[in-house]
Amino acid sequence: MLKSINLSFQYLGSPSISFPDFTAEQGEHWLILGPSGSGKTTLLHLLGGLLSPSTGNITLDELYYSAFSTAKLDKFRGENIGIVFQKAHAVQSLSVMENLLLAQQLGGKMLDKRKIMDLLERLQIAHKANQKPNRLSAGEQQRVAIARAVINQPRLILADEPTSALDDKNSTEVQNLLKESADAVKAILLVVTHDNRLKATFPKQLLLK
Amino acid sequence: MNIFHLSWKNILNKPLTLVLNLVLFSLGVGLISLLLLVNVQLEEKFQKNFAGVDLVIGAKGSPLQLILSSLYHLDSPTGNMPISESKAFLNPKHPVFKKAVPLSLGDSHRGYRIVGTDKSFVDLYEAKLREGRMFEEIMEVVAGATVAKNLNLKIGNQFQSSHGLIEDENLVHKEAKPFIVKGILEKTGAVIDQLILTKTQSVWAVHEEHDHESEMEEDHAEHDHAEHDHAEHDHAEHDHAEEEKPLTEYEDQSITSLLVQFKGRNIQALNMARNINENTNFQAATPAIEINRLYTLLGVGEEALKALAMLIIFVSGLSIFISLFSSLRERKYELAVMRTLGARPGFLFQLIIFEGLFIAVLGFLCGIALSHGSMIFLADFLEKSYRYDFSAALFLKEEIYLFGGSLIIGIIAAIIPALQASNTDIHATLAENKG
Repeated sequence: MLKSINLSFQYLGSPSISFPDFTAEQGEHWLILGPSGSGKTTLLHLLGGLLSPSTGNITLDELYYSAFSTAKLDKFRGENIGIVFQKAHAVQSLSVMENLLLAQQLGGKMLDKRKIMDLLERLQIAHKANQKPNRLSAGEQQRVAIARAVINQPRLILADEPTSALDDKNSTEVQNLLKESADAVKAILLVVTHDNRLKATFPKQLLLK
Repeated sequence: MNIFHLSWKNILNKPLTLVLNLVLFSLGVGLISLLLLVNVQLEEKFQKNFAGVDLVIGAKGSPLQLILSSLYHLDSPTGNMPISESKAFLNPKHPVFKKAVPLSLGDSHRGYRIVGTDKSFVDLYEAKLREGRMFEEIMEVVAGATVAKNLNLKIGNQFQSSHGLIEDENLVHKEAKPFIVKGILEKTGAVIDQLILTKTQSVWAVHEEHDHESEMEEDHAEHDHAEHDHAEHDHAEHDHAEEEKPLTEYEDQSITSLLVQFKGRNIQALNMARNINENTNFQAATPAIEINRLYTLLGVGEEALKALAMLIIFVSGLSIFISLFSSLRERKYELAVMRTLGARPGFLFQLIIFEGLFIAVLGFLCGIALSHGSMIFLADFLEKSYRYDFSAALFLKEEIYLFGGSLIIGIIAAIIPALQASNTDIHATLAENKG
């Protein structure tokens, strides 16, 4: 279970942004909606442990990770949180397979090529396993990003505008893959977006103003 | 998928940049390594060939040329010493001289110099016989190890000498009696390895066929031998070189120079050189003084090359720094994402440092390959020009210091980019393309 209480963040020289208290149970899929400037990305970064809150705290299964030190937080994140960004930003000098091996390494998990290939097959990019990311289409790159986010079986999957750069066909595919992948590891899925195409398929929604 | 693999893949991903960095780095390292290789061997040869000689006496001229020709067997001799004028020096009971080794230079065999001398020459270099025996009779020779190897000389081989110091078919003394190999020496690492030794009288005997003195001038090779009088001499006018007499009795002959060892370091010995230079028709040169002078001249060139090498290495360090630094800009998102995957700041720091180190290590290896490869060509050239043996396979402990230095440069070039990478602000970087 993910829980955030009394969360707020203040950028230097700007007014503080407050976020509504929020709870998500294991296996739930949530959409976090809001116009530009409402702090969607800030919230996602706070939930992902990439930013420290000004007030409040966040817990995942009773662990107060928003208060962890950098070292502990890095480790926690690698093991428990998978993040999908708008662009994959995979390591350019490594193949898809090597990128995923790196994700396993950094997440403190055992290197397992078989497991990676299974995942790539489910995401239908197994044939690109030995290619470098710049040889893949945008949709294929996003699938690599999804694979990377779920390979370590995290408890929480965060997606920041995962479909905003994709066409309708790829957008639908990515949505479905995200949900399937989250279900496969029974993770909480939180998608932050302003993309209206997703509203219809995510019943649980949090609105930011 | 560890940090070594990743940093390796990263530098390979930009091949042109890598090549540029390697070219620069290997040029700097290679130049220093080459200088070391040449220097170390050059010094060794200079030292070994002093052979305990205190003074060299020869015809008047450039003292450096005298030392080079008579001690190092480079360059041409300065002229002759007629026996009639040198008797005092050849006195076996000389008050100041322990040893005076006579040299007669000017002939060669297939590019290797023939030296007319006596057995004391071999003792100067502490050379031992590997096969056969020393020369006893006229026309018998003993060959140094390198000559024997390169010309494939065996005991019993015969050959005719050539006039002058360059290999030229037209200058072979065709009417003269042939030389015969009686012994081959062990390798010493000194100049004696590349010489063919015989009795002084052999050289005179060969030249008795021609009506000229043993000319030693540099332009001698250009003489048209048809000009020489090949008619029979009136042998009664000359002392037969075949007979066994002390050199002092051959009043019509000349030698080239004398290698002298003093009995002791007293005032008389020290004044000898000045005495000879001021009061005789000859000159005396002190090997140590002339070689030091040569070193000073060479030293300027060497310093310039060293400075150039340092400059190149500095520029290559700068180039590594610039390529790592600008690569950060291109990679900032993927570095931030690595942090989100669980990479610690220290991981990113090490990553960049290893990239710098890999480039430096590769550059070092290429540089060493370059220097030793060039040395092969250089050694070949030096052997053909000067008959001296240089090795390309010599590995020096200074090269280990050079390796250490390369690592340090790699680290210094990478430190600032590494710090910058480890300080990546994940949030700010990844929030960038948002509205």
